[in-house]
Amino acid sequence: MALPLEVRGLSTTLFTRRGEMKAVDGLSLSVGAGETVALVGESGCGKSLSALSIMRLLPDPPARLVGGEVKLNGRDIVTLTEEAMLDIRGQEIGMIFQDPMSSLNPVATVEKQIVEVLRTHTDLGRAAARERARELLELVGMPDAGRRLDAYPHQLSGGMCQRVMIAMAIACSPSVLIADEPTTALDVTVQAQVLALLKKLQTDAGMAMIFITHDLGVVAETADRVVVMYAGRKVEEASVDDLFDAPLHPYTAGLIGATPTPGAARAARLADIPGMVPPLNALPAGCAFAPRCPRVMERCRRERPELSRPTPGRLVACFAAEKDFAPKDGA
Amino acid sequence: MAGVIASSSRRVAALRLLRRRLFQAVPLMLGVVVINFILIHLAPGSFLELMTAENQVSDPATVELLRKAYGLADPIWLQLLKYIWALLHFDFGFSYRQNMPVIEAITINLPATLLLMISSIALALAVGVAAGVVASVKVRTFWDTLVSVAAMFFFAAPSFWLGIMMIVLFAVKLGWLPVGGMMTIGGAGGGVASVLDILAHLLLPTLALGLFYAAIYARVLRSSMLEVSQLDFVRTARAKGLSRNKVTLSHVLRNALLPVVTILGVQMGTVLAGSVVIESVFSWPGVGSLLFDSVSSRNYPVVLGIMVLGTLVVICANIAVDLVYMWLDPRIEIR
Repeated sequence: MALPLEVRGLSTTLFTRRGEMKAVDGLSLSVGAGETVALVGESGCGKSLSALSIMRLLPDPPARLVGGEVKLNGRDIVTLTEEAMLDIRGQEIGMIFQDPMSSLNPVATVEKQIVEVLRTHTDLGRAAARERARELLELVGMPDAGRRLDAYPHQLSGGMCQRVMIAMAIACSPSVLIADEPTTALDVTVQAQVLALLKKLQTDAGMAMIFITHDLGVVAETADRVVVMYAGRKVEEASVDDLFDAPLHPYTAGLIGATPTPGAARAARLADIPGMVPPLNALPAGCAFAPRCPRVMERCRRERPELSRPTPGRLVACFAAEKDFAPKDGA
Repeated sequence: MAGVIASSSRRVAALRLLRRRLFQAVPLMLGVVVINFILIHLAPGSFLELMTAENQVSDPATVELLRKAYGLADPIWLQLLKYIWALLHFDFGFSYRQNMPVIEAITINLPATLLLMISSIALALAVGVAAGVVASVKVRTFWDTLVSVAAMFFFAAPSFWLGIMMIVLFAVKLGWLPVGGMMTIGGAGGGVASVLDILAHLLLPTLALGLFYAAIYARVLRSSMLEVSQLDFVRTARAKGLSRNKVTLSHVLRNALLPVVTILGVQMGTVLAGSVVIESVFSWPGVGSLLFDSVSSRNYPVVLGIMVLGTLVVICANIAVDLVYMWLDPRIEIR
């Protein structure tokens, strides 16, 4: 059976006055039913644009999908018309955004916003849709769901707004759920609740989930597999355990080193990654991470490393990592 | 923040707003009366002089009698107090020109003005909103430019000039529409024919007055639509699988209308003022014509009465706009 979501060589370019910038460059990933793949990286590395590319919701101009394929349950949706995409968005792919307060329409009631999805994609009548909306709110753990239907977003807390967003995203039981930093804007305690909720809903419905975040703590809690992105490209992919046990790419290692761990010695300072993500229109010739890399070699500055498979189930694009795994001759 | 406000409590909030606004209207009206009263008395001459001159009354005793009869012999502060006292009893004074109480003279003319105001605002909203939506949806295309140029033209053209030009073109040259007035003299036959007759007379003044405001609304709505369409919740709406039109109309437009409604509230007064000019151009038998005539004949009781009633109309219109605003934006508790 085809995987719920298979992305091959996805490329998105920003066409700006200062030139073309490859915001997403040949990204491939696949997500199985019930699996969570985390998309990790710093701000501006192309995580959100990848998600919007899959949804075909890129802000055009300046962003445009220039290549690759996105197979949803075996069907390529890149070539679909906008009309056909309307049936896919909200019905086969649900999406949750970063800031729940601003992602809901401020002048429409919760009921109206949930019912709208239901009435767009199903044959439910007005009353039945309202009833279903109430059920969905109960499903996402909204306290006092019946009365919240008449509430406006500004009358709800951030956590409750995100629950409404989740209710809308799963309203039509999509096979793929894309969560773009769903907990970043929330309080830590609420974050944990929302993560637990997403995990539960996903397991119950067997949804494939792409979880976009820059927070490795969240990754460890939710993901099965992790795709690390840097400057629009995938630099490492591994199962969540492998990645935290032994990160192969120096960038991944840097990210993990920069994450605070409870219990670690107070004196031990967090390791930071020196420098900044290079601007997309001024990427270095070789590896984009080379200027910041502690293990940089001469070759890294000239040549761009391609993804290789040093051990089964892992991918990494790094010459230094390749060398570690290269068969040692004369040993 | 905790309570969920159901629609019934929104109704309570609306009633509270209504009560507060009506309460605020009292000092406002008082201010309007006092300032206008003083301003008019600062102007040289009085209607008495014009009245006696027109009727060739030169006997000082008669003039003095008239002065007493119209209360002009009292000191100005007493006149003002007497006027306010009379207003509290809905007594606006007497108009010698129409030979009837001021309130009657005004109420005869008021419906025509209200009709012109309402139709102009309706036209301005319909045309302005439609043009603004088209310009924002087709941004940076021919249609956008067309709307911009048209808006610039109607914004810049003085309404009296626009009125005269339209009379020349549509009434004189083409003969499609009547030159002025509110209905055909001698009547159009009653019933539906009369209504159509009034509508034909209404069209040109409505265009002359309304297109200026349509131009403002189109420009404001265009930029407001473009701004709102960048917001996060619009992306959410699209991610839900709603069509572009549905997103534009039920998510973007609803939010983008708020600044238009704000301007509408502020401009209620200027619409009334603008109708004075347009009524003169089109001989529209409204309060504007009455005001124009009263000012030139120094018929000050009528001028004052129109100011007071005009203020009342603007206050009512503003309350209506506030209620619409409240209905459009649930976040706002207008104070």
